[in-house]
Amino acid sequence: MALPVAFFALFFAYPVVAIVGRGLKVDGVWQFGRIGEVLSRPDIAEVLWFTTWQALASTVLTLLIALPGAYVFARFDFPGKQLLRAVVTVPFVLPTVVVGTAFLALLGRGGFLDELWGVRLDTTVWAILLAHVFFNYAVVVRTVGGLWSQLDPRQEEAARVLGAGRLAAWRRVTLPALAPAVGAAALMVFLFTFTSFGVVQILGGPAYSTLEVEIYRQTAQLLDLPTAAVLTLVQFAAVGGILAVHAWTVRRRETALRLVDPAQTSRRPRGAGQRALLGGVLLTVALLIVVPLGVLVERSLDTSGGYGFGFYRALQSADASGSTFLVPPLEAIGNSLQYALVATLIALVIGGLAAAALTRRAGPLVRGFDALLMLPLGVSAVTVGFGFLITLDEPPLDLRTSWILVPLAQALVGVPFVVRSMLPVLRAVDDRLREAAAVLGASPLRAWREVDLPLVRRALLVAAGFAFAVSLGEFGATVFIARPDNPTLPVAVARLLGRSGELNYGQAMALSTILMLVCAVSLLLLERIRTDRSGEF
Amino acid sequence: MNTTTKCAATALAAALGVTVLAGCGGSDDDASGSGSSKASKTVTLVSHDSFNASESVLKAFTKETGYTVKVLKSGDAGAALNQEILTKGSPRGDVFFGVDNTLLSRALDNGLFTPYEAKGLDRVAADTQLDADKHRVTPVDTGDICINYDKKYFADKKLAPPQSFDDLLKPAYKNLLVTENAATSSPGLGFLLGTVATYGEDGYQDYWKKLKNNGVKVVDGWEQAYNEEFSGSAGGKKTKADRPLVVSYASSPPVEVLYAEPRPTEAPTGVATGTCFRQIEFAGLLDGAKNEAGGKALLDFLISKQFQEDMPLNMFVNPVAKDAALPELFTKFGATVDKPTTVDPEKIAKNREQWVQSWSSLVVK
Repeated sequence: MALPVAFFALFFAYPVVAIVGRGLKVDGVWQFGRIGEVLSRPDIAEVLWFTTWQALASTVLTLLIALPGAYVFARFDFPGKQLLRAVVTVPFVLPTVVVGTAFLALLGRGGFLDELWGVRLDTTVWAILLAHVFFNYAVVVRTVGGLWSQLDPRQEEAARVLGAGRLAAWRRVTLPALAPAVGAAALMVFLFTFTSFGVVQILGGPAYSTLEVEIYRQTAQLLDLPTAAVLTLVQFAAVGGILAVHAWTVRRRETALRLVDPAQTSRRPRGAGQRALLGGVLLTVALLIVVPLGVLVERSLDTSGGYGFGFYRALQSADASGSTFLVPPLEAIGNSLQYALVATLIALVIGGLAAAALTRRAGPLVRGFDALLMLPLGVSAVTVGFGFLITLDEPPLDLRTSWILVPLAQALVGVPFVVRSMLPVLRAVDDRLREAAAVLGASPLRAWREVDLPLVRRALLVAAGFAFAVSLGEFGATVFIARPDNPTLPVAVARLLGRSGELNYGQAMALSTILMLVCAVSLLLLERIRTDRSGEF
Repeated sequence: MNTTTKCAATALAAALGVTVLAGCGGSDDDASGSGSSKASKTVTLVSHDSFNASESVLKAFTKETGYTVKVLKSGDAGAALNQEILTKGSPRGDVFFGVDNTLLSRALDNGLFTPYEAKGLDRVAADTQLDADKHRVTPVDTGDICINYDKKYFADKKLAPPQSFDDLLKPAYKNLLVTENAATSSPGLGFLLGTVATYGEDGYQDYWKKLKNNGVKVVDGWEQAYNEEFSGSAGGKKTKADRPLVVSYASSPPVEVLYAEPRPTEAPTGVATGTCFRQIEFAGLLDGAKNEAGGKALLDFLISKQFQEDMPLNMFVNPVAKDAALPELFTKFGATVDKPTTVDPEKIAKNREQWVQSWSSLVVK
């Protein structure tokens, strides 16, 4: 446990505390009076209000749209199910720079709704809410659907045999079993939408601002560190609260349920009602997720000379007429893969050790550490990035210009996923197996290799895949960290979008498509590996 | 990046053991290095994401001076400067490039730079030397923020494109203009400052009220304004954008030509030259730079003829050196802006917050 604690203390807690301190400390004295001052400003109050209600609305909307999806993925068997499950997860790991562009195409002028009914939703709050559904659909489908597929349908059938109506049986039997999972999913969606950055910035226009956007603005643009520090503390408190409730629902969910193999519970849909439900869900997924992703692909192929791979070919050359990157954009793929690989290794080691420590020990301290590991998901990238700048500036830790900073920042976001994937599996390993091995003369290392490793190998791979995909798409922290001139894929996309000209725009779309494909392929591979569905993601 | 794989194992140990990291990171990063003899051969340039130079030109610098340039890009212009202010005294590099006249006072007030009079400054246009008596910063390029228009739209409508700030208020141009958020986007701020310069501190609010009534649309950043909303850009054509007027740069039309295939004989967009605000970008030697000699050589190089002539097609800005020739693409497709508006940096520093705030409450909310 010492290692993960040291890692988080050094690369998370220290930088964040330092940057907050820079804003709130004057001559070594904390100025907590500033908190009240900032919070009583009307513009800040407005930001807080908008942040909260849009997160609530997004969560409700996501649950409404995604719960039928969770049911369909859990209970029905249909061709292409694995592929579709990977597809709905792609948005979750795509950088918002890319998605914002695609989403505008659906909701904006000339978009799908506009063509059909003349409805335009860009720069309205609806665009933000729908994009949040797009991003978080998979959270609900995976968290709730994962559990649902393992609930024994016979329990509900038994209740019906005993005379309960269809609805009553569902309410009395299935709903209570599902409730903790729904609660956990809702809280994760609330966390992600509460700290929403890119979606609000791109789709909301200048009129809407969340806490996260405001922290970015105050830090990066205005250098108003006191205000940024207060907002960071507020977000910290809110995220801490959400995580505490989340940890509580997770513990409740670990109460024994009769779980069965998902393969037994899903079957082909029967009857008009079930087929209509399946059709409805497929249509929703198509409109909400496949179409925006498809738009990206379409644009990447739409050259002035008709459809073709011109933009993809252009990615290979360091631009004959003027060097945009000093290196061909295609090299960004190599950079991204290497960074993500290192980040995954770090996340696996840190997350794996943390998960192991959390399984072996109990108590409030350990539970607190569990929540701490999740905090990076809710702390703004600019806070961490700027914190790195002012803390890691002395040898031997002058890492500010080192490439290692990028994977380190990415690993911070990857660790929570590793912990969440590994924890349930590790907890399920019967301690008696380890003891038996020890009695038979195995060294601790040997016992781990022979007992734990085979059991957690799959979970480890799943965790690695997720950490990898998340690192690949990470944009917020990466863009703030100065680095030798080797951009990652999302950064390269953002740079290309930052210039005018058809070739730049087309190349940005082509790179986005490649990023999407790489994410989709790694997720698809995960689907093949994973059989155990008790992990949260 | 090959070092990444080599260092992967070390990195892991580093993340865990931390001390090992110095070995790995250090050898990879001479510029930030702990003053080894090798460090003095590298000079580090910190800049924003838009910095670009041809590899051949950077190589020529190495051949001339023996210094290798390492470039660190960190975010947009505002964010990059603020990171420099945060790390003041212990900078990540030797030279910072990319502070413009709208942010100049913030940099100077924070004492970011060590004075140095670059060699060849006599060849640099006098009106760009805003710190001529102290030489804390050296002008490197200029750019003009102007309204761009979609030529096809105005030809189809048989309507003359607007030429001045006043024109934009005319009913004929109602609901045609898209601009950027002045609080977060540098062209957005430039356009706002252009109206302040034109109508004065008392008149600009009134102008924006009228502009709002004439249907101006505000989006957050240049990318959205130009690629998503502006009907004249390559991106805008794909998104079926419907705003034929956008706040962009005087150099945007040449870029549209350069990055089109096949290259058109005429730029699809034009520039309303009466709506321009002049941006001047500066570089300076960072206070506390580890390689001061290298930094000075790099500053000299930034205003050398070779670098100045390389700049236009890499960053789409104009050279400040009088002996630097513009590329044909610029002279043929670009616009010459004779009388750009401008506001004194100190005045901007004093009033920026307030101007932007009243603009926000007037136009955005």
